[in-house]
Amino acid sequence: MAAAAFYDLDGTLVRTNLVHAYAYNARNQQGLLRSVTRTISTALRVPLFMAADVYSRRLFNDVFFGRYQGESEDRLRYLADELFDNVIRPSIFPGAYELIDKSRRLGLRQVLVTGALDLTVRPLARHLGIDDAVTNRLEYVDGKATGRLLPPIMAAATKASWIRVYAEKEGLNLSECYSYSDSMSDLPMLSVVGHPTAVNPDFRLRNTALQHDWPILDLR
Amino acid sequence: MREREPKIFRGPTPRHKEDDQVVYIDTNSAPRMIFSGEDLLLEDLPVGTRVVYAKPPMEGLANPGAAIRYALNHPLGTDPLYAQLVPGMRVTIAVDDISLPLPPMQTPDIRQTILEILLELLDANGVDDVHIIIANSLHRRLTPSEMKRMVGSKIYDAFYPDRYYNHDAEDPEGMVHLGKTDHNEPVNINRRAVESDLLIYVNINLVPMDGGHKSVTVGLCDYESLRPHHEPQTIRDSNSYMDPKSSALSTKVERMGAIVDQHMNVFHIETALNNRMFGGPTAFLSKNEDEFTELDRLKFEGMRWTLSKMPAAAKRKLFHSIPAQYQLVAVHAGKTDPVHERILAKTFEQYMVNIRGQSDILICGVPFISPYNVNSILNPLLVQVMGLGYFHNFYRGKPVLRKGGVLILCHPCYDEFDHEQHPSYIEFFNRLLPETRDAMVLRHKYEEEFAHNPSYISMYRRGHAYHGAHPFFMWYWGENGRQHVGKVIVAGAQNAHVPAMLGWDRAESLTEAIAMAKSFVGPSASTTLMHHPPIVMADVE
Repeated sequence: MAAAAFYDLDGTLVRTNLVHAYAYNARNQQGLLRSVTRTISTALRVPLFMAADVYSRRLFNDVFFGRYQGESEDRLRYLADELFDNVIRPSIFPGAYELIDKSRRLGLRQVLVTGALDLTVRPLARHLGIDDAVTNRLEYVDGKATGRLLPPIMAAATKASWIRVYAEKEGLNLSECYSYSDSMSDLPMLSVVGHPTAVNPDFRLRNTALQHDWPILDLR
Repeated sequence: MREREPKIFRGPTPRHKEDDQVVYIDTNSAPRMIFSGEDLLLEDLPVGTRVVYAKPPMEGLANPGAAIRYALNHPLGTDPLYAQLVPGMRVTIAVDDISLPLPPMQTPDIRQTILEILLELLDANGVDDVHIIIANSLHRRLTPSEMKRMVGSKIYDAFYPDRYYNHDAEDPEGMVHLGKTDHNEPVNINRRAVESDLLIYVNINLVPMDGGHKSVTVGLCDYESLRPHHEPQTIRDSNSYMDPKSSALSTKVERMGAIVDQHMNVFHIETALNNRMFGGPTAFLSKNEDEFTELDRLKFEGMRWTLSKMPAAAKRKLFHSIPAQYQLVAVHAGKTDPVHERILAKTFEQYMVNIRGQSDILICGVPFISPYNVNSILNPLLVQVMGLGYFHNFYRGKPVLRKGGVLILCHPCYDEFDHEQHPSYIEFFNRLLPETRDAMVLRHKYEEEFAHNPSYISMYRRGHAYHGAHPFFMWYWGENGRQHVGKVIVAGAQNAHVPAMLGWDRAESLTEAIAMAKSFVGPSASTTLMHHPPIVMADVE
């Protein structure tokens, strides 16, 4: 029976996170004044984002993705490739390439399961040779982002649910599958497969991994 | 409840001895101290029990530096090293990893002494393209501080990290396929070593299994090259694997070594150390208890009291921080086979003790250390490899224990693993052993899954983890012991599930274990205690 390797992205395979992606977007607004004000206001909100993330990933999504409201879809698409070349590619952890390569050699399907936006993930997935990716997607009305995400919103338990459905649809044996994440919020995604692995874990996930005897990787 | 009488040493009295190394317990014998992990037991053994001690340490060479220089200038089967050096040539020096010697020796480590002489010689001959590779095979990478301790700060500062590093068996660009033996065994060796004009291997022979062709063909190989001999049938056919003449493992390694010699210019330097594992304040640990002085008894009781007050982790730290006092007793250089033959003879001279007849019951105290847990925990799989692997195989000719006899191991058998060094051991122990203990099934069904597990590979390459396949090798390492013994009893195991998982019985104390063993092999059973450490091996008549 076939199997897959499921990867979280931010903090797991790349050093950057959602805020870096948005900050790049903020810095590259049309017009200097707009770029400066967006950048400063984003920087000022970082503590708010962090607090929201600690409280709940759902709350973080509401607070964070609201910042995209009014952004043009064309502009975001245009910036996505630049974002990848200038920010994301240099931030890929050195060990990520090998991990994916070894995993692919085992015949495992490579799947990204991430809360990042489809726009930013697409070039990265191509670069890493990822077979499938499920991401968050912004809602657009008349070509402008509403600041809301389209369901299903990829976070915490939703990732695990998606993996279950995906495995059933693709005929994968979950007990043979691998899962990689850096964050305690991805505990459901790690728990649903036979080979969970903590990657560059935060303190809580490290302790959990130790308790469950999961391997702990450092790809940095 | 009646309080137990305190055990006391009764002082020196004449004993029934076959020689200085073989003592029989009588009614006046002192109790024997036995390692049990990080603790020291003091046990009254049944009258008639044979206790086998290590030989006293051989005299160390008075001037190791001069002996090393002599060996380099008078090599066996090849030109002197200086005559092989050409300015601008590419040289790689491979050194044994931290699994040798045990415990790590006092500084300067013998590798440092040899490297200082070698590097001076290379420099004087205009050779500056020099890399030093730790031949760790599928063992864990050494940490920078361990690497520094091994070679000294001068060499470390000059070579680390670009020219002094660990071998990486999983580097896709780092291995070269040299060919196959006529038995279809692939020989894959570290690229830098293969592409060098000269490979100098600096070996330490702690046990007779070490050295010879095993140094290069195992130390610098990859998983595919290990598979042909690190497997259950080879170990079953090695009786023992500490005796190269009777070891299928050794035969296969020599076959693969011939391929290495066809493609590479290897200058082999082998060393033999004496068995001065304990020195100074801990020297009494090597002594016959009947010959303890008052001061020895005081030191022993003080040590035991101190250990009883310390948590396990602190005890572990304490023991791992006491370096061994090994001394160089022989060094030879040149072609692999003649060099190894001479060093092997010296190693046997230090370790072998003649004993008459096999035993129905064999008792071994399992200490805190094995080749695979330096600065770490002796986890259950390593307790297994010490008992059924190393201790069982410490013989030439016939095993000390008769076929179907009882092996008694003293160890707490704590269910503890080092997540950083032994991650794949944890899965092996908890997931595979409950399903089967059959080494053949384990190899066939699961070994490759573990070997190719991307997480374990990453932890081996980027962290300090043993390779994913390593716990399998540890299990196979106990295979001839497992086939030979009738029963294993762990005395003093602090839980029931670890011995059960390993397929062993458990006893609260050594006395209970001996009673259980006698109920299995008969009340008139003969009993032998191999008084490890230091290492002692038996020539059984």
